Amino acid sequence: MRKRNRDPYDAPNAQGRFGDYGGRFVAETLTHALDELAQLYAEVAEDAQFQTAFAKQLEDYVGRPTPLYPARRLAAHAGGARIYLKREDLNHTGAHKINNTVGQAMLAERMGKTRVIAETGAGQHGVATATVAARLGLDCAVYMGEEDIARQSPNVYRMKLLGAEVVPVRSGSRTLKDAMNEAMRDWVTNVDHTHYIIGSVAGPHPYPLLVRDFQAVIGTETKAQCLAAEGRLPDLLVACVGGGSNAMGLFHPFADDDGVDIVGVEAGGDGLATGRHAAPLSAGTPGVLHGSRTYVMADDDGQILETHSVSAGLDYPGVGPEHAHWKDTGRAKYVTVTDAEALAAFRLLNRTEGILPALESSHALAWAVAEAARRPATDVMVVNLSGRGDKDVQTVAGIDGIGL
Amino acid sequence: MRSGVFDEVDVSARGGGHVVGVSRLDACLQALRARGRKALSAFITAGDPQLSVTVPAMRALVRGGADIVELGVPFSDPEADGPAIQAASERALAGGVTLADTLTLVTRFRAEDERTPVVLMGYLNVFLRYGVGRFCAAAAQAGVDGVIIVNMPPEEAAEFRVELLARGLALILLVAPTTTPLRAERIAECASGFLYYVSYKGVTGARRPDAAAIGERLAALRPRLGGLPVLVGFGIRDAASAAAVAPHADGVVVGSALVETFSGGAVENGAVENIAARLEAQVRAIRAGLDGV
Repeated sequence: MRKRNRDPYDAPNAQGRFGDYGGRFVAETLTHALDELAQLYAEVAEDAQFQTAFAKQLEDYVGRPTPLYPARRLAAHAGGARIYLKREDLNHTGAHKINNTVGQAMLAERMGKTRVIAETGAGQHGVATATVAARLGLDCAVYMGEEDIARQSPNVYRMKLLGAEVVPVRSGSRTLKDAMNEAMRDWVTNVDHTHYIIGSVAGPHPYPLLVRDFQAVIGTETKAQCLAAEGRLPDLLVACVGGGSNAMGLFHPFADDDGVDIVGVEAGGDGLATGRHAAPLSAGTPGVLHGSRTYVMADDDGQILETHSVSAGLDYPGVGPEHAHWKDTGRAKYVTVTDAEALAAFRLLNRTEGILPALESSHALAWAVAEAARRPATDVMVVNLSGRGDKDVQTVAGIDGIGL
Repeated sequence: MRSGVFDEVDVSARGGGHVVGVSRLDACLQALRARGRKALSAFITAGDPQLSVTVPAMRALVRGGADIVELGVPFSDPEADGPAIQAASERALAGGVTLADTLTLVTRFRAEDERTPVVLMGYLNVFLRYGVGRFCAAAAQAGVDGVIIVNMPPEEAAEFRVELLARGLALILLVAPTTTPLRAERIAECASGFLYYVSYKGVTGARRPDAAAIGERLAALRPRLGGLPVLVGFGIRDAASAAAVAPHADGVVVGSALVETFSGGAVENGAVENIAARLEAQVRAIRAGLDGV
């Protein structure tokens, strides 16, 4: 376990609170399952055998450590700071999501659950869940909004190949938030034998804690790799934030390193002024959604608003409560990038580095490239390349007017 | 373990000590208990599918024999509800119904009925946005008697509870089949009005309750519930299911089955009076089932 000794980042407390955020806002039926999960997690977090087994699985099955790659042509194009890419896109299944699903599958096994469920937006978490379920022989159902099924069809088919049932969600806005509602309804019904693998640092306690810890391998590796390559810590970390798991995974091991600036990039959609975006930290207000108190996008009556982003994985009106806490304390800064800017960065990385990034990660890239130009050549930036973009080729081709 | 998160909740404030006399909800439930009669709580969604329908519908529920009217406060993401109540929320929201509108409906109902307790049921974000203190004041003013906030367990209810009790409103909390006996005891210490026992693991309206299992569970929990009345809800949709469950509880809640009466353009295709008549008949049949117990 990483040593945590400094307020206000020694969080959450026993009630799952990160400052004013987090907690456990769920219907009573789920309380017992969450208590059990929290208790089990408290045990395994201190259990060296579990942690060793988890690290071994990340090495053998996921392919860790992932490289910290110096993106020299991209940096030259930006003109300014040095840019490193943390290559989470090189993980098995093509994104950071599998770090968490491997860990949660180990928890499901310990609890004797025979079935796992998940929500998914871009399909990356659904694929990562279906993958660990196949590997362990668990039944698996993945909830996915109808609109996301249409725009992420390659991942839908991958999940089916892995033996998962993909359940189309037709309620509400038919995207990630509605998939999460449906997954909660499944869980409350099948709680005896089902474990819900939440895919982000969101949801009721203990999910924001355990997902963060399973993803913290990203930041822990980055720290060691940056020290080896540069002899010092980076000046700036950049990651995209939907629910915020790739971001918190990179950021958290640096929480107490005051010299490291931290920036989370939300989906600006068509621009904050249009209202068509998915940026609760930048343009939302504190509220309660999906089990925790956090920043949400809601109207004056508290109804959750429909969001918009070209990237399905960022198309979510809430955000992990620890990010909400870090926004308020100022430990991290949160900014937005529009669909158009993200698409430009998507193309840029292909042409400068021969890397096809996910549209989600392209948001972080877009902001980082602009920021690099504002910084001296002596500065070191790390961008989390959270996933690969194969799943988005069809979407981008469509925007270019090309049918595949 | 007695210590922990519940310590934050000041249970000494129980019973609405700031208010003179017995609340409308407590009086109703005490009178029913004294007469050996089971309570029937009837749920519909406020403003489903339009505001003009709700008050006539509430009155119809009372005419049919409902002792308590539960008004659902529409929410965009009702994660504990099944398809029927989800659809009701969507219909109401399509018409732009807000929490303020819901309170106005209660005011209008109260102008005609001072006796029947009204309970609001919804999800926390809507109430938080309105403001907890401001909501409790407005609800008391409108004639609301209690609230059920589905995704607000007692650990997260401290602020709301103080504001409610200060105005004589009940904080009705849920107990589920997965609730441990010790936790049920803590919940009962925080709750007022009645306890809402969720009859099965699942969402509203999903299946038939297992009366024997409910009976067994409630018999085990009863000594720990501090004498609070227990109403059983989820899956009770007709006279038979109500009659099967009622012997084990102080009453039942009927929701999805009534809400379905508003679906499929029922209101658009018929006069409000027809809907009211159908609701009244539905409730009357369930009432007869309960009274046969």
